[in-house]
Amino acid sequence: MKLTKTLLATTALTVAAGFAVAEDMTIVSWGGAYSASQKAAYHDPYSAKTGVNIINDESSAEAVAKLRAMNEAGNVTWDVVDVVASDAMRLCDEGLAMEIDADTQLAPAPDGTPASEDFGELLVSDCFIPQIVYSTTFGYRTDLVGSTPPTSVCAIFDTQTYPGKRSLEKRPINNMEWALLCDGVAKADVYDVLETAEGQQRALDKLATIKDDVVWWSAGADTPQLLADGEVVMGSTYNGRLFSLIEEQKQPVAMLWDAQVFDLDGWIIPAGLSDERKARALDYIMFATDTQRLADQAKYISYGPARASSAPLVGKHATLGIDMAPHMPTDPENAKNTFLYNYEFWADYRDDIDAKFQAWLAQ
Amino acid sequence: MNNEAFVEFERVQKSYDGENLVVKDLNLSLPKGEFLTMLGPSGSGKTTCLMMLAGFETATHGDIRLNGQSINNIPPHKRGIGMVFQNYALFPHMTVAENLSFPLEVRKIGKSEREDKIKVALDRVQMGNFAGRRPAQLSGGQQQRIALARALVFEPELVLMDEPLGALDKQLRETLQFEITHLAHELGITVVYVTHDQTEALTMSDRVAVFDDGRIQQLAPPDKLYEEPENSFVAQFIGENNTLEGVVKEIKNGSALVQLDDGSLIDAKPINVSKPGERTRVSIRPERVEYNKDRLRADAHTLSAEVLEFIYMGDIFRTRLRVAGRDDFVIKTRNAPDQVRLKPGQQIEIGWLAEDCRALDA
Amino acid sequence: MSDSTHTGPMLAADGTTLKSSLNRALRRQKLRALMLIAPLLIFVLVTFIAPIADMLFRSVENQIVSDTLPRTTQMLGDWDADAADIPAPQVFEALYVDMFIATERKLHTRLGSRLNYELTGVSSLFRKSGRKVEDMGEVYQDQFEDLDKFWKKGANLNALFGAPDWQAAQAAWDTSDKKAQPKFKLRSGLETVLPQASEAFDVYARFTQGEDGKNLSKAKPWALIYSALYNDLVAQPAGLAALDAPGADELRAAAARVGDFDTVDFTAAFKKIDKDWVSQDVWRVIKTYSPRFTNGYFLNSIDMKKTADGPQMRAENEQLYIKLFIRTLFMSLVITGSCILLGYPVAWILANLPAKTANLLMILVLLPFWTSLLVRTSAWKVMLQQQGVINDTLVWLGLVADDSRLALINNQTGTIIAMTHILLPFMILPLFSVMKTIPPSYLRAAKSLGATNWTAFWRVYFPQSVPGIGAGSILVFILSIGYYITPEIVGGTTGTFISNRIAYHISSSLNWGLAAALGAILLAVVLGLYWAYDRIVGIDNVKLGG
Repeated sequence: MKLTKTLLATTALTVAAGFAVAEDMTIVSWGGAYSASQKAAYHDPYSAKTGVNIINDESSAEAVAKLRAMNEAGNVTWDVVDVVASDAMRLCDEGLAMEIDADTQLAPAPDGTPASEDFGELLVSDCFIPQIVYSTTFGYRTDLVGSTPPTSVCAIFDTQTYPGKRSLEKRPINNMEWALLCDGVAKADVYDVLETAEGQQRALDKLATIKDDVVWWSAGADTPQLLADGEVVMGSTYNGRLFSLIEEQKQPVAMLWDAQVFDLDGWIIPAGLSDERKARALDYIMFATDTQRLADQAKYISYGPARASSAPLVGKHATLGIDMAPHMPTDPENAKNTFLYNYEFWADYRDDIDAKFQAWLAQ
Repeated sequence: MNNEAFVEFERVQKSYDGENLVVKDLNLSLPKGEFLTMLGPSGSGKTTCLMMLAGFETATHGDIRLNGQSINNIPPHKRGIGMVFQNYALFPHMTVAENLSFPLEVRKIGKSEREDKIKVALDRVQMGNFAGRRPAQLSGGQQQRIALARALVFEPELVLMDEPLGALDKQLRETLQFEITHLAHELGITVVYVTHDQTEALTMSDRVAVFDDGRIQQLAPPDKLYEEPENSFVAQFIGENNTLEGVVKEIKNGSALVQLDDGSLIDAKPINVSKPGERTRVSIRPERVEYNKDRLRADAHTLSAEVLEFIYMGDIFRTRLRVAGRDDFVIKTRNAPDQVRLKPGQQIEIGWLAEDCRALDA
Repeated sequence: MSDSTHTGPMLAADGTTLKSSLNRALRRQKLRALMLIAPLLIFVLVTFIAPIADMLFRSVENQIVSDTLPRTTQMLGDWDADAADIPAPQVFEALYVDMFIATERKLHTRLGSRLNYELTGVSSLFRKSGRKVEDMGEVYQDQFEDLDKFWKKGANLNALFGAPDWQAAQAAWDTSDKKAQPKFKLRSGLETVLPQASEAFDVYARFTQGEDGKNLSKAKPWALIYSALYNDLVAQPAGLAALDAPGADELRAAAARVGDFDTVDFTAAFKKIDKDWVSQDVWRVIKTYSPRFTNGYFLNSIDMKKTADGPQMRAENEQLYIKLFIRTLFMSLVITGSCILLGYPVAWILANLPAKTANLLMILVLLPFWTSLLVRTSAWKVMLQQQGVINDTLVWLGLVADDSRLALINNQTGTIIAMTHILLPFMILPLFSVMKTIPPSYLRAAKSLGATNWTAFWRVYFPQSVPGIGAGSILVFILSIGYYITPEIVGGTTGTFISNRIAYHISSSLNWGLAAALGAILLAVVLGLYWAYDRIVGIDNVKLGG
């Protein structure tokens, strides 16, 4: 008798909890300042508008592996996931993310331009809705570079003029391109050269000239910390990290806008959601990627909105009060000499070049 | 046995905490070849003395000499003293032979000589067949034999034994007691033996040092210790003993008249009393109490007693009496053909020779 | 004494044999004991054994190739990978069918990613081909439709291919009610007349109703069906004349005309998508990885690769894993060694201090357990970096010049220092508990027998503490072999372990098969070392305490 009652009560609770869950949505992102900017620009207004309770999960760094594990287990608990474009492509290829049609499932620009045109070439995968444009670029210690602050990305290979350690990401992407650029390869030819084994070796040989001077980083916070500690004289990282190091923490660091690599970060919706959850996730994405919302995010973090129509709407930083447009990687002044990341190339060559790169590192 | 001091403690004190003395002003000297036992309750300082002699504790004050040489600053391994521990302390990872070989190896004795000595030592303790065993495969008694052999194998002149038989059962203990004394005398070694078992002390030793409260209470051969305890602690500690308390009335002709607390008078031999009026504790061994009036001197004082209990113990009878208000007074009588068996409730008169009853400190 | 004359088996009180009675009692006892531990046993099986079994399975599993390209891999069986020719046109036609279906099911890119691990470029080749393969067969569809409008409507095809009873059920199905769509059933006998088209339609119908979840009555048939139909009709099947079905007349009319149809050269069509399709490399990889199980991951794990000509070593500049395995083992040994050197004296002090002081010190030893691993490791970063506390102190003391600060981090030194610190408690605890059980009288006995302090320690105390060293070493060694967070943060390039690559393949490259193979090798190495330890030292000689 008692057992039956307990069972009934438990069942009732579970059912009730099930209904409660129906109003929750789990959004996965990177954590830190980035998640905070998303909360302010997207989550809070969306919750206010719809009453949906948004749960933040800071697992984007392991999103690809976790989504695959969830998919295999047949229990996907995430509704919307923030990933970089290359991860989105991989997820799409693996059938772990659903395809989203930009024109029918996203909001058009205020002037009626369809979303596919507004995002333009940034829609690099069928499953991926870009949110921000960020760039991987270099910061340097203004007090350690003497009277000739670097103006070119090739300063990283110039240990004569700029002695000291430099930090680079512990992966081939970006580093190989910079190495070839500084070895005299024309920007347009970089990926053609990198396709060949000789070209890959050439890039590694160029990197080998500074191998002893490099601190390899694997977390985005590493380079800002190394710069702040004076451990390195220059280092690559995301422009938003450098912005907060320079403008918020007032460290003696300056940013180098040269051959910075443009990359994208945005949303995917995991494959295999129930119709109800899928509909809600799509509704959120339509809301969060409209022109105004994308421009709003730039108030909190110095990453450029992925829609062309958002650029004129970028205003001042929410707390520092400085004009954000000049800090955007998309600002014409900053984007004079940018380098466009080739997703297709890296999707093919990532495994191969990474193996060679790691073998080279281990030598 | 020569009389030249082989081991000497001179005004030795020991304190662990800087506040209390565990050993208070110890003076002791023993000649070569003597078997000396340090006997006392736990915490009396006897083990500390042994450890100081072995070199595992340093004296806080005073001098310890071995063969006339001060050994205060000589580390244990250079003292050349054999030692047997209560828990045997056989090295568990070595065989019996390896255990015995150890002291010889550290003395850099050659292999063949080592083997000879090990064989002799093992045969000496009747353990010749156990050379290849591990200590864990031996019984307690066998382990202690090996420990003894190990302590003797390097032929030390002095062997210290710290309650070596404490963990063994009674029968085995008695066998080993005999073997140890036999060996010690045969080899002519000097032994300092620590125990809290008085029977062991009495049966094995040339002399016994009774320890209490950090001091030697009495140092004497076993018979003297038993029959002529110098103070009430020794009297109490060694053997069975009846105690009566009272005040000295007078002392004359080497005999003291003591008035017990209930008013009755007895004769005693003054040991720790010197003048009338002093309180004293008189001590009389149960087997020296006489209740057959014919065997007492005519002028001897007697006490009336009531038989409370009669216990038949085979070779002896043990009778408990109520005497002078105490009901723990015991007498022992031999089970002889003419012996009277007392009955509970019987009223008797008891007495003793004055020299058997010792008036000690209160 | 009567028992000794009793010759039969002993009987229990109730007349059964004593033996069976005892067995029954024992069995009941065992069963009860088993039930008591059952939850734990299940827990262990589910959380420990199952993942390991899964890992071992993944390291050889390779069903994705033959599952995605079943017809192609089967036909490739006859192709000689060593020959200079590319596979026959039939193989390309099979590839068209497989790729068409895979693309509809969105599985082609997954296979592309899988094969991209073996041959760079396959990923984009498959992604690109997927979109274009859908158009490839449209030549046939267009010609059928030009021939007769009948072929344009999906409903007509449903009527032709569907069994009558299914058609009735489908017609009666009400989309608004929640009932499932009636499952498609092929018209009986049709597969003998139109074998390829029937198969293609069956796949199409099942996919549309199942995975795609669409109403088959309203779906638009795949181009694949028309190319299959063309193949069937061009062979002029014998049963066609007698076929009685809606659309049989149209079918017969088409059969009379198919001889004049424009045909598609699939080899050329694939070549047009990408010339890689007519390169032998791609086909060799597909053939090499056709079997359902492969040793390819294991070969990759030891710097080899699986080729059509058997296993081959990788080029010098691609060799990585053997080096990392050796480095992992070597550094784990060094870490274990430094844990012994540092932990032994600490454990000795702990074991010989009065209980009160020892407990206090023990808390200090355990303190690292109470801090997060990341915090501890990051703290070492602050300590060890060139502008860090240790270097600053050394410079201040004048022991090191300011311009030649020591490199203590981002190399092997950093990993060894940080991991020794993190794993030290695992050495100290077993050592301490073993040393606690060694009575001080052994050392005294040794000294009384004439041993110096060193001899007494080395010959008497140390051998007895060896079980503690053994237990601590096994713990530290096995733990350090599997570490990856600390080496990742402080190891730089020379101080990283094989586990870092495993983590990379799990979380970044998604090459779980390779990760599983690397993990399986690591597991085998650990078990091998454990076995060797047992043989040399003896596992009885390991004590975690008491």
